[in-house]
Parts: sequence; structure tokens; C-alpha cells
Amino acid sequence: MSTDAVGLGKSRAVVFALPALVLIGVFLVFPALWTIYLGLTDYRLTGLAAADPQVVGAANYTAALGDERFRSSFWLTAQYVLGSAVIGQAGLGFTLAWTLRGRRGAVRRVVEGLVLLSWILPGSVVAFLWIALLDRDGGTLNALLGTPGAAWLLDHPMLSIIVFNTWRGTAFSMMLYSAALENVPVSHLETARLAGASTLQQLRDVVLPQIRVHVLTNVLLTSLWTFNDFTPFLITAGGPEGRSEILPFYVYNTALRGGQLGFGAAVSFLILLINLVFALAYLRLLRNRREVAV
Amino acid sequence: MSSEPAADPGAHPGPAGASEPRIPPGPAVPGGPAPGPRSPVRHAPVRHALGRISSTAFLALVAAFFALPMLWLASAPFDAHPSITVSVPEFTLANFRAILANPYAAGSIVNSVIQAGGAAVLVVVLAALAAYALSRVRVPGRDVLLYVLLLLSSVVTGTAAMVPIFELATRLGLVDTHLGVILVVSGGLLPAAIFILKDFMDATPTSYEESARVFGASPMQILRHIVVPLVRPGLATVAVWAVASVWGGFLMQYILLRDPDKSPSAVVLFTLYTEGGQPDLPLISTFSLLYSLPVVLMYLFVSSRYGFRFHGGIKQ
Repeated sequence: MSTDAVGLGKSRAVVFALPALVLIGVFLVFPALWTIYLGLTDYRLTGLAAADPQVVGAANYTAALGDERFRSSFWLTAQYVLGSAVIGQAGLGFTLAWTLRGRRGAVRRVVEGLVLLSWILPGSVVAFLWIALLDRDGGTLNALLGTPGAAWLLDHPMLSIIVFNTWRGTAFSMMLYSAALENVPVSHLETARLAGASTLQQLRDVVLPQIRVHVLTNVLLTSLWTFNDFTPFLITAGGPEGRSEILPFYVYNTALRGGQLGFGAAVSFLILLINLVFALAYLRLLRNRREVAV
Repeated sequence: MSSEPAADPGAHPGPAGASEPRIPPGPAVPGGPAPGPRSPVRHAPVRHALGRISSTAFLALVAAFFALPMLWLASAPFDAHPSITVSVPEFTLANFRAILANPYAAGSIVNSVIQAGGAAVLVVVLAALAAYALSRVRVPGRDVLLYVLLLLSSVVTGTAAMVPIFELATRLGLVDTHLGVILVVSGGLLPAAIFILKDFMDATPTSYEESARVFGASPMQILRHIVVPLVRPGLATVAVWAVASVWGGFLMQYILLRDPDKSPSAVVLFTLYTEGGQPDLPLISTFSLLYSLPVVLMYLFVSSRYGFRFHGGIKQ
């Protein structure tokens, strides 16, 4: 593809690419840059600061770091990502892929089908399904456990959304690890087993070295997506009393509901920076992998 | 913008990088199993059977965990008096008639179709044009540009950019318009779409295009009559992915639309209350089922037609 074999010409190539690039520029790149500026102002949705916002420098950032609610939100987010993306999705996804390997037929199809279905159903629908499941008065879970009146969403909001997100996103990890495990030669496992290696030893010495890149890819992507997921908002809205207010909800509640657009933009910029770290690590991994493949 | 379901922007190494045959040396296993007294071999059948039973038990448990929340979706829509608890339905189809009579519910499906369809068309057309140009003409910094755009699309998510996007849409007069939703979500989907389609176009030979050019075809004609048929699977992939993300997307639609007459199903689902202020369970459950059906059918279609499996990355 090094030369212009089809005679498109540079100018025409630019015309072809321009509409897409303009759209990306206006609705993706510009908002990202504008966040930086907005985050340095005291801009508000209504009132005096809405008409004439002032640049306040790093005041929003110092205010955020000094805000008890922000700090708590940050830690809740860390728990949420670690609990549901790393331990929940990646852990359950790998366990499933490992248990299902070598199985064919109905059991595998049913399990895979259910796990996938929870992934492809629209977010609003699954949120409502979980509200129905965990409902205090008539929820299916309470009926099943014989614990009428247990208010899961009020008493254990974080646990609820961590389990929810594990349920929601395990499919991706399961599929990734299923594919990765196909690359592990059966003969190696067989040999290790005959040599008396326990399952854990096999996993550590035979499987892990072969799928290390997949594990990294998996953890990076599921963390990034979980960190940016807004769906659990439909279940707890960050409550009760902010006890499940992870960062996306914090931004929504302070900026769009509370009207502090400048302050919300500052927190958004922090989210952007964290995303950037995850994405750069992932792209680096991808590029290394391509070099190996080529 | 929305992270799930289907392929996600960052996750797509594309066909070129999809199936990498990485065969690291692995542990040294010279000459196969060593002979000798190995007690595990003697107990192998018992251990094997036990392992099989415990793994089946585990799988049953997992299946139950995943099925449990969905039971309600399977039973409540057909129940004459659904509660929030799963129960064997008192069978009826009346709930489906009620949906058609509800102005917001029926209208929101139309809105979802407009927004998802509009975004898919826009993304496929613009991404195909851009990918073709970037695939066939060497513009300086092309690869870096693509990487940066792809990076941005996974970094600038709806969550991270909701404040500036809301502000931008307000100033451009795009709040409460279908066009606003279509433009905003397309901006987020385009980089990955271009990336996927460029991989497809790189993989097609240019010789047909060269011949067509010799016979005097214009670049637009070449694109329409030669390139598009060749990369049709790629276009289908991108279209399905775009429809699925917009159909299921919530945050952007929630922020950009205040008018319930414009809201898509994802948002309207949470506004279906009875006159007494309680969630209207017959309506919500039935509506959830109807609204989920297209994505599930689309997924089944794609997976039967193209095979929806992973090989290292995501294979379409």
C-alpha cells in the first residue's frame, strides 16, 4: 500500500477522510480539550457564574482533593474496579474458560449462552432485572434465600453493584481466556499432569507463562470499561447517602445535577488522565504483540 | 461511548493482528513423560471422576447465577398480574397490547431506531470513505494519526466527557434533537470503525481497482462498485457494532434528551410508572423483552453467519 496505485490523489484522499475527521474533531477531541479549560473555571449551570465564568486556576482541583465526598468516591471506585473487573470478571471468566475447556455439547452451550446473554442485553434492561432481583419486598433473591425484607441495595450497595458488574461483563473475559487456552498445547498439560503436578501447579507453570499477555490485556480492558461504566447508576444512583457513588456518578451528581460544571470538568479531567494511563498501557501491549506476530 | 456489548473500540486489533500464532517455547518437556512409579496415575480414574463432578457442580452454580436475574424477563411479560418476584405466569398476552397503546413506549422504539440507524449509516459511510483514503494513499503521519484517534476514542468516554459534551450540545442547539445524539455517538464510534475498515481494505488487492482505473472509472465509482462489495463483511461488522452500541447506550441519550417524545427506549424504560407512582411492572417487563429482542436476534444472526469467537483479539 506504499504507493497510490489507484490514483486517488492526495487532495481527493483528504476530501474522503475529512468528514470523519471533522466529526471526530468536534465531538471527541474538542470536548477532551475543552474539559481542561472548563476545569480551570468556576463555570456553573445557572446563576452569576453561568453568565460570566471566571478562571480560578487550580482551585477546583484543590477543592476536589479536599472534599471528603470526592475522596470517598475515589476509594469506592478503586474497590469497584478491583472487585468487579479484576477479581470478578477476570477471575470468574478465567475459571469458566478453564472449567469449560475440553467440554463440548449442551453444558458448554448453555453456560456460554447465559453468560453471553447477560453481556448483550441492553444496560437499562439488565439494571431493571437486578432491581427486581434484589428488591426488598418482593425480590427473587429474598424469596429464594428466605430472607424477606433484606434490603440488599440499601445495606450493601457496593457489594450489589460489584456482583452486578461481574455478572454483566464476565462474557468478555471468558471468551478471551477460552481463545487463549486453545493456544496452550494439550501435550504440555498432559505431561505436567502425568508428572504429578497439581492443578494449581499446572496453572502456574504451564498455563500462565503462555497466556500472560492475554491476562494483561484482559485486566487492562475490563478495568478501563468498568471504570467508565454508567449502568449501575440505574440501580443505586450512587446511594444511599453516597455509599455507592463511584466517580462517574460523582461527576454526574455534582456537575449535571448540582450545576457545578467547572468543578465537574476538573474531576472529568482526572478521569481522562486515568483512562489515558490504561489505554496507553494497552496500546503498548498491542504494538509489542504485533511485532512478535509479524 | 458505551462500553458494552459487542466489540469495543480499544479491543479490536483487527483481522491482521487477530490470530497471532505465538508459540513461546513453553516449559522444557524433553522426551515426554518419564516412566517410573507415579502414584497419581493409579488414582487417576477416581480423581478424574471427582474432578468431573465438581466441575459440573460449579458450572451448574454459575449457570444458575447468570440465569437468575433473567428469569423475571422470561416470566413477567406473560403474567396477568406480575409482581417483582419470579413466578409461574398466569398466561396472557395482554401486556403486549398495552405496550402498543402506551404512546411513550411505542414511540421510544421508533426513536431508538432513528438514532441507532442514523448513527450506523453515518459511521459506516464516513468510516468507509476515510478508511479507503487512508488505506490507498500514504499521507504523512497516517499510522500515528490512527493510533492517536483510537487511543482518544477509548479515553474520551461518555463518562469522562459528559460535562463538555453537554455544554457543547447546548451551545450548538443540539439538545433534544435526534441529530445531536447521532453526531455525538458517531464521534465516539468513528475511530474504531475507521481502524477496523482500514484493516479490511488493506487486505484487499488493488489490482481490480487499477484495472477499473485504466478503463476510466472515477474514484467514487471504484469505491462503490469494487471496494464496497469486497469489504462487505467489514461494513456489516461495523454496522452491527454501531447499532448495538447506540441501541443499548444510555448515558449520552440521557444527558442530551430531555423531551420524552425524543427519548429512546433505553431512557424511557425508567419512566414507565403507573398513575400511583409505582413502577408499572407489566409494562416494564414486557417492554424490556421487546426492546432486548432486536439486539439478541442481531447477535444470533452475526454469530451464526460469521462466527463470533475470539482468537487472541476479537474476531468478527
